[in-house]
Amino acid sequence: MSRLVFIAPLILFAVVAAYFAIGLTKNASILPSALIDKPVPTFDLPPLKDTKPGLATADLKDDVVLVNMFASWCVPCRAEHPLLMQLARDKIVPIIGLNWKDRKTDAIAWLDELGDPYARIGHDPSGRTGIDWGVYGVPETYLIDRDGRIRFKYVGPMFPETFAEKFLPLIKDLRK
Amino acid sequence: MIAEIGHFSLILALAVALVQAVLPMVGAARNNAAWMATAAPTALVQLACIATAFGCLMTAFVTSDFTVANVMQNSNSLQPMIYKVSATWGNHEGSMVLWVLILAVFGAMVAAFGRNLPPSLKARVLSVQSMTGVGFLLFILLTSNPFERVIPAPLDGRDLNPLLQDPGLAFHPPMLYVGYVGFSMAFSFAIAALIEGKVDAAWARWVRPWTLVAWSFLTAGIGLGAWWAYYELGWGGWWYWDPVENASFMPWLVGTALLHSSIIVEKRDALKTWTILLAILTFSLSLIGTFLVRSGVLTSVHAFATDPERGVFILLLLVVAIGGSLVLYAWRAPLLKGGGLFAPISREGALVLNNLLLTTAAATVFIGTLYPLFLEAFDGGKVSVGPPFFNATFVPLMIPLVLALGVGPMLGWKRGDLAGAIARLKFAFVFTLVVTIVAAYVSWGRSIFGVLGLTLAGWLVGCVLTEFGARIGLFRLESRDVLRRMTGMPRGAWGMTIAHLGFAITVAGASGASLWQDEVIENLRAGETLSIVGYDFTLRNVDTVQGPNYTAQRGVFTVRRDGVVITTLAPERRRYIVTGTETTEAALYSQWHADLYAVIGQGGGQDGGKESWTVRLYFKPLVPWLWAGTLLMVLGGFVSLSDRRLRIGAPTARRAAHRVSPTAQPAE
Repeated sequence: MSRLVFIAPLILFAVVAAYFAIGLTKNASILPSALIDKPVPTFDLPPLKDTKPGLATADLKDDVVLVNMFASWCVPCRAEHPLLMQLARDKIVPIIGLNWKDRKTDAIAWLDELGDPYARIGHDPSGRTGIDWGVYGVPETYLIDRDGRIRFKYVGPMFPETFAEKFLPLIKDLRK
Repeated sequence: MIAEIGHFSLILALAVALVQAVLPMVGAARNNAAWMATAAPTALVQLACIATAFGCLMTAFVTSDFTVANVMQNSNSLQPMIYKVSATWGNHEGSMVLWVLILAVFGAMVAAFGRNLPPSLKARVLSVQSMTGVGFLLFILLTSNPFERVIPAPLDGRDLNPLLQDPGLAFHPPMLYVGYVGFSMAFSFAIAALIEGKVDAAWARWVRPWTLVAWSFLTAGIGLGAWWAYYELGWGGWWYWDPVENASFMPWLVGTALLHSSIIVEKRDALKTWTILLAILTFSLSLIGTFLVRSGVLTSVHAFATDPERGVFILLLLVVAIGGSLVLYAWRAPLLKGGGLFAPISREGALVLNNLLLTTAAATVFIGTLYPLFLEAFDGGKVSVGPPFFNATFVPLMIPLVLALGVGPMLGWKRGDLAGAIARLKFAFVFTLVVTIVAAYVSWGRSIFGVLGLTLAGWLVGCVLTEFGARIGLFRLESRDVLRRMTGMPRGAWGMTIAHLGFAITVAGASGASLWQDEVIENLRAGETLSIVGYDFTLRNVDTVQGPNYTAQRGVFTVRRDGVVITTLAPERRRYIVTGTETTEAALYSQWHADLYAVIGQGGGQDGGKESWTVRLYFKPLVPWLWAGTLLMVLGGFVSLSDRRLRIGAPTARRAAHRVSPTAQPAE
């Protein structure tokens, strides 16, 4: 047994290093979701701000929209935020926010500081609706078509390149 | 020209480092005194080369030499001088040069002050230190050359990331790096000891001061980082469990364990292989932190420009350094002879418990930080598990830690008397009870966890004071004797008392800051007043202010309590001209028990013809205690460092002179 104790740290490190290696080579943030091509789950969330409407299943049926899950405690969301602001400014596609497992005041302060790109925001403090959507962690972004179906899901922060490559062609397709 | 001199110095440093890595190690194996003796001078020359390179880089920044790509990307002629200087390390390449500079400084300190080290140990320590240096110098020269030129030169630079243009953050990286890299000393000593096959009390006494220096600076660095996040990121959070923060926190946790376990090696000659492992792990976590921040495998606000190619290089470096040392550990550590035995209830036992809790805490932070990476390996993406995870796993581990920390110092070495120790803690129990009642009364119905946090802090303060009182014979001896005992108390004991007290105050600050804050958000027009917890903030006006490289909207508030003006606060919202990024500059008013914190948000809402501004006000109780507690911990570290026992050379040299034959003196 004593020998094994001394080898254990080495084995543990080997496992961690293997993960690092995989993490470096993989950059795919596209997740095959069980919900792809299925209608969005049924839900009804209260608004985050008094000035903006909340979010329910019925709100996702008129247009091609992005649903972006975010939280003020989430650091990658901060990295992604300038892109969302730009998309909103250039009116590329309506962005709908789902504020996940967050305190109301924190989230509002966060949007105050960084700007608010969202057309409407649902507040999901318990994370229950997020679970129905199959959220792994934030940020996650979903593309919804005119019939209210999830057509694409992206996990992790989006950057201009990822958006141009993965989302733009699809959005154009869906708008036809 | 200056950039080329810098580049050349780095290459020269690499060559010298190679010599320093190989010759002394081979010399030690062959018992060749002349070869071993090359360690010290090469360490000094290596330092000179790297310092020259660093100086050249800083010169390029100070003189705004935009033909250097690094300067062009991270500086601007309008930037104030202090940020031109701090821009030197405010970017990936420059910070790596700072990294190897500090590594070389530590090596040179061993070379200069380690006269009483056995020559073979000294040679091996310096050789291992230099191996790390070789790895990082290669990394800089092959993937991150800070001296690359751009031709033709642009007219002006792109400006340093505005978030980094802040006095707190200007000095945060050097502090942090002294801590991070300082643990390389413990690492080098551990590897050298494994090769020598000998760990004894003397070894522990040599390792401890280096660990203390690194730990104190790391504590200060982390504190400075948290302080910066608190006032700069604009909503008064001070710890986000961000990957970059965790990267510095993990070495701190394991380093704290190392600090305590090396006491056992020194005093009781026990727990040697564990201490060696901790030394390896602490520095390994520093290295892993460097990897995480720079490889782009995890996303973070603080991220440097990331590059997968660099990631591959650092990963190789990690595998060689950590993998290599763990192989050595698996092979050599079983041969180390164990020392003194002890009962579970004893000072040693308490320190073992401290070690277990701290390393478990580090493991949870490790898992939480890397969980996204593990997930990603199974086709997930980069996600953030966030504070909900850490609060549920890390915080509960701190409760037994604090409870045991109170009792531990009261126990005797080898076999302690738990019942006796607890009986002597009557005062602590009473004190805790009083603190709990006061906390519960003040915060009735608000947060049970806040009360729990203050109870723990109260317990710790009570215990520390009891232990201190017992040591100096308070209430037992006459005041003259008490004073004599106080002045005679070893600095190490003072250090412990101060640092533990600091920890208690930090715990109290963290509890109050996270659990009892008040906040209000409102649209205000000039002349209107917003109140929070009895403080009335009147927005006098909002002006546009011109800074050196930004324009700002500055809101001016008059703060009154019961009609009496107590202060004026002027938060800003800055827009940096070159990058177009906006930052919030919160305004703070600190009192002993709380901070008032004001932020001005977006304006533009036309409300009845007059422009209105989003204003956020916070009342943050006990936040100043966080900083005070951290400062006390750092102070404790330095006081302990000044202990005679650790003053390099003092007692050991005298003893060594009696015991050791002249041939064992350093060969320089």
